[in-house]
Amino acid sequence: MNYLNNIDVRTVKVLEQSEFPSKSQPKNKLIENAEELIRGLGLKDNAVVSFHHHLRNGDKVLNTIMKEIQRTGVKGLTLVASSLFPVHAEIIPLLQDGTIENIVTSYISGDLAKAISYGELKGNIIMQTHGGRARSILNGEIEIDVAFIASPSADKYGNISGVNGPNSCGTLGYVIADSIKAKTVVSVTDCLVDYPNYPADITEDYVDYVLLIDSIGRKEGIVSGTTKVTKDPIGLKIAKDTLKVMEATGLLKDGLSYQSGAGGISLAVTAFLRDYMIENNIKGSFASGGITGYLTNMLEEGLFSSLFDVQCFDLEAIESLKRNPNHIRMSASQYGNSEVSAVVDNLDIVILGATEIDTNFNVNVTTGADGVLMGGSGGHADTAAGSKVSIIVSKLFSSRIPLIKDRVDVITTPGTTVDVLVTERGICVNPLRTDLIEAFKKAKLDIIDIKDLKAYSESIMGKPEPIEKTDRIIGLSQYRDGRIIDYIYQVKK
Amino acid sequence: MAKGKLEIKKMATAGSVESNDILIMISQGEGDIEIELESVVEKQFGEDIKNVIRETLIEEGITDAKVIAKDKGALDFTIKARVRACVQRGVEA
Repeated sequence: MNYLNNIDVRTVKVLEQSEFPSKSQPKNKLIENAEELIRGLGLKDNAVVSFHHHLRNGDKVLNTIMKEIQRTGVKGLTLVASSLFPVHAEIIPLLQDGTIENIVTSYISGDLAKAISYGELKGNIIMQTHGGRARSILNGEIEIDVAFIASPSADKYGNISGVNGPNSCGTLGYVIADSIKAKTVVSVTDCLVDYPNYPADITEDYVDYVLLIDSIGRKEGIVSGTTKVTKDPIGLKIAKDTLKVMEATGLLKDGLSYQSGAGGISLAVTAFLRDYMIENNIKGSFASGGITGYLTNMLEEGLFSSLFDVQCFDLEAIESLKRNPNHIRMSASQYGNSEVSAVVDNLDIVILGATEIDTNFNVNVTTGADGVLMGGSGGHADTAAGSKVSIIVSKLFSSRIPLIKDRVDVITTPGTTVDVLVTERGICVNPLRTDLIEAFKKAKLDIIDIKDLKAYSESIMGKPEPIEKTDRIIGLSQYRDGRIIDYIYQVKK
Repeated sequence: MAKGKLEIKKMATAGSVESNDILIMISQGEGDIEIELESVVEKQFGEDIKNVIRETLIEEGITDAKVIAKDKGALDFTIKARVRACVQRGVEA
């Protein structure tokens, strides 16, 4: 079938002079009343609504909008939020009254997470990866009815910029897929600027409405609590050993591509890597992920030729994004979508954390030691899969919470993609990586079998009682390609 | 090695509520050892921690005490050290 559907063009009706169009006018998208907007949208039961988390624990948009939706009386909604933070505990009553039935997210913490673990959600929670979320939206697996985009600034036609406005949060990488695919796209802003708002992360042609509210959030809540290099000597020892591991992989050379989380030990690794690169005159290719001031400094020092930024973790990153053309905005799809060409596939090394790791190298960052939801993959599983070497950094002894188990509570990242574990009491290598074992032996790095490290840990802290779970499955841990890699169970109170 | 029987004479504390530490508060008991524990790893190690506290008290010669413990994931040797310090402070007149 071609565009004209093989019709006989002579039968096509041509407009009469009287039917000719008038000049087009700008669309009227601006609404200044949340209730009016929500009523006007006419959401039906079981609708799918989406939000992004660039304002992190400072976000007010999700709570404001969801409570407004609750007032309309619709039930059975699926909430597709890229992440949920302690501030979102305000929507717990919406789980209880059935307004929200299912949740799809990549990270969840705080009292909302606890409520779900204790069985307050009627339906299920699907824990995705950042790349998996973009994949499932872009390929139509999830159909979003309305995307509500918290916008640090917008003009009245919906050009949204993350770098302008009092609550600027930088790049808006997690919401690009939503803006492309949602049936209706609403920009929610507290900073209406003159047309045109630039540089726009999302342009007006994707936006249906602009809702002006008093406040989209608190800027202080945007900065994650963990974006500082650790001062703890144990953390620093782990970071130093991690640098030795990276050196032994042979990947610390010109063209290096690198990602680390924003945890204290991961940032210390980045700080040591910077010194190493300067000392050895290494010019890297790119660093990616959530971007901090440590990485923007390295960019400006010429240690990396570019940064791929899906989310700014601190204010330095936002300033750099404005200033540096080689500080590149990256959508979650470009970051880690397994169905397209993605940045993670070109990563050499990723440094990641773990709440638990098991003797098969499966990692849990979804639930805590008590089995309660307190995190999620984010980009964990995406980068572990894409990188040449994925390195987990964690303390073996931290508040008596066992790191190494026979089987992690919930598998977030499959052990088949996890290569090295660095702790203060030893380095373990996944037996699948015979190449790394060989390289580390040559570099005279001490390696310990993960089962032996587990036995050593238990000899000091004891063997923990198993977590008490119910038989009820409350959710699924979804791998980045859409397949399910684990169940999530309700926890006994 | 059990010491001679000692008596808690006053309320005493040792330790802190920092990560990996435990705060022990001891006072006169009502005829036996009573332990009230609050721990970040209560589900996994609650009984173990109480046992270490009890055994350490007995080792120190205490059989009558009320202990309130706030644990932030201390390992056994830390718990023992804090209980011993607390007993020494509590038996001084």
